[in-house]
Amino acid sequence: MSRDHLASLDPRTRLLGAFALVLAVLSVDGPAAGLLAVAASFALALAAGWRPAALARRLVHVEGIMAALFLVLPFTTPGTALFHLGPLAATSDGLLLAFGLMLRVTASALIVLALLATVEPVRLGQALARLRAPMRLVQLLLLVLRYGALLRAELRRMREAARARGFRGGLSIHALRSFGWLAGMTLVRALERAERVEEGMRLRLWQGALPVAAPGRLGRVDAGFAMGVLAALLAALAGGRS
Amino acid sequence: MSTVFALEGIVLQRGASRVLDGADLRVEQGERLALVGANGAGKTTLLRALVGLEKPLAGRLVAFGRPAADEADFRPVRRRVGLLFQDPDDQLFCPTVLEDVAFGPLNLGETPQAAFATARATLDRLGLDHLADRITHRLSGGEKRLVALAGLLAMAPEVLLLDEPTNALDDANRARMLELVAGLAATMVIVSHDRLALERLATRAVVLQGGRLEPATIHRHPTGQPTLHIHGLDDDHRHELELAARTGS
Ligand SMILES: Nc1ncnc2c1ncn2[C@@H]1O[C@H](COP(=O)(O)OP(=O)(O)OP(=O)(O)O)[C@@H](O)[C@H]1O
Ligand SMILES: [Mg+2]
Repeated sequence: MSRDHLASLDPRTRLLGAFALVLAVLSVDGPAAGLLAVAASFALALAAGWRPAALARRLVHVEGIMAALFLVLPFTTPGTALFHLGPLAATSDGLLLAFGLMLRVTASALIVLALLATVEPVRLGQALARLRAPMRLVQLLLLVLRYGALLRAELRRMREAARARGFRGGLSIHALRSFGWLAGMTLVRALERAERVEEGMRLRLWQGALPVAAPGRLGRVDAGFAMGVLAALLAALAGGRS
Repeated sequence: MSTVFALEGIVLQRGASRVLDGADLRVEQGERLALVGANGAGKTTLLRALVGLEKPLAGRLVAFGRPAADEADFRPVRRRVGLLFQDPDDQLFCPTVLEDVAFGPLNLGETPQAAFATARATLDRLGLDHLADRITHRLSGGEKRLVALAGLLAMAPEVLLLDEPTNALDDANRARMLELVAGLAATMVIVSHDRLALERLATRAVVLQGGRLEPATIHRHPTGQPTLHIHGLDDDHRHELELAARTGS
C-alpha cells in the first residue's frame, strides 16, 4: 500500500487495525519473529509517511524504558549464568527475555506511530464514539483534547511573555517563585475557562448530549488494509504454534 | 412594539466592585442597541445578566414580559436569546465545526440528522461551509468568531447579544461579520469599541458609566475630516479640543 492509500484510511480502521496488530506482535515468540515484527512495523511506519530520523527521536523514549529491563531482567530470571556481578548472576535466559520484550514493544510502538500518531487525535476520539465506546469516556477524551491544546497554548504564551521580559529560569528564588506563579496562573485560567465553557454550554441549552458527526464510508482501502491485518494475525498465530 | 428586556434599578456586584448600580434599560423588539462604555465599565457583565449568568443583588429584570430571577426563569429566555462571547474559545468546544454548530439545534430537540442538516444549512448561509470539517481549536481567531456566531444562528434566536463581534477580525472578516449581522432580522444588543461598526449597525445607543445606563448618540459632525463619536446626550461637545488634538498630532 502506498502512502496516499494509508493516509486515506478511516480512523476506525486505524484503531481496530492497530489493536489487532499490536495483539499479533505481542503474541509472537522468540528473537527471530520479534525481529521480523520490528522490520514489518518499521516498513509500515515509513509507508505512513514517517521519516526515519523523526521515528528514531520518538523511539528513544520507548527504548529508555526498555533499558531498565536490560538492567533488571538478566539478574532476576533464573537460568544458566553468563557472568557475575558481585553476588548477582546475569542469566542468558534473562537477556533473551529482555531482548524479545524490547523487540515486541518496539514493534508495537512503531505500529501505534504508523497508524494512530499520523491522524488528529480528535478524529480518533470520534472513531471511538462510532465504534460504540462508552460515550462519557469519549466525551472526556474529546474535551481533554480540545482544552488541553488551549491550556498548552496558554502556558506557552505565558512562558514566552516571561522570556520576552528577560526571564531565564534556573534555580534562584526569583526563578522558582516565577515558576510557581506560572503554574498557579495556568491552573486558575484553566478553572475559569472551564467555568465559562460550562456557561456557554448552558446558554445553548445543554442537556447531556453531544453531537457526533456521521461517519464517512469505509472504502476499498479499508478493506484491503483489513485483509493485510488479518494475514499478519494468522501468520503470528501460525508462528506461535510451531 | 413589544419589549424584549426591561431592567429597573439593577445592582450587581462582581468581586469587590459594584459593577452595576441602579441600571435601567429597555430593549425593544426589532431595535439594534449599541452598548458602549470604557474598559471595565461592566458591558460584558450586563450582557451576562440578561441571560442569567450574573445574579443582581437588587432590581427587576423582565424578559419577554416575564420577570426573570432564577435559573428556571432564564431557561426559556436562553431558547430565544443568543450571546456571542467576547472570547470565542469559551464558546467552541466540540471537536469539529459542524458538530459545534449542530450542538444548539440538538439541544432544541432536533434529531441528530436534522441538527446536522440545520448546521450545514447555517454554515452555507454564512459562507462558512468550507470550514465544516475543520477541527475547532485549529481555526484562526477570526474564523473561530464567525463559527461561534454560526453556532448561535443555528438556534434561530430572536435576540442576539454580541460582545465585541468585530474585535480581532481582519478587514475582510470584519466586513463579512458586519454584512452578516446587518442582514439579520434579530433584535440586538451590540457591545463594541468599533465606532464605524456601531454607526453602520445600531439604531440607538446607550453608554454605561458609573454603573448606570444613559442614552447616547452616535453621530458625525461636518468638520474637515468627519470624526464619528459617541457621547451622552447632555455631555458638552468639545469639538474644538478634538480638532486641536487631531491637527496637533
Ligand atoms: N471574574 C471576575 N471576578 C471579579 N471581578 C470581575 C470579573 N470579571 C470582571 N470583573 C470586574 O467587573 C468589572 C466589569 O467587567 P466587564 O468585563 O463587565 O467590563 P467590560 O465593560 O466588558 O470591559 P471591556 O470593554 O474591557 O470588555 C471590571 O471592573 C472587572 O474588573
Ligand atoms: Mg467586555
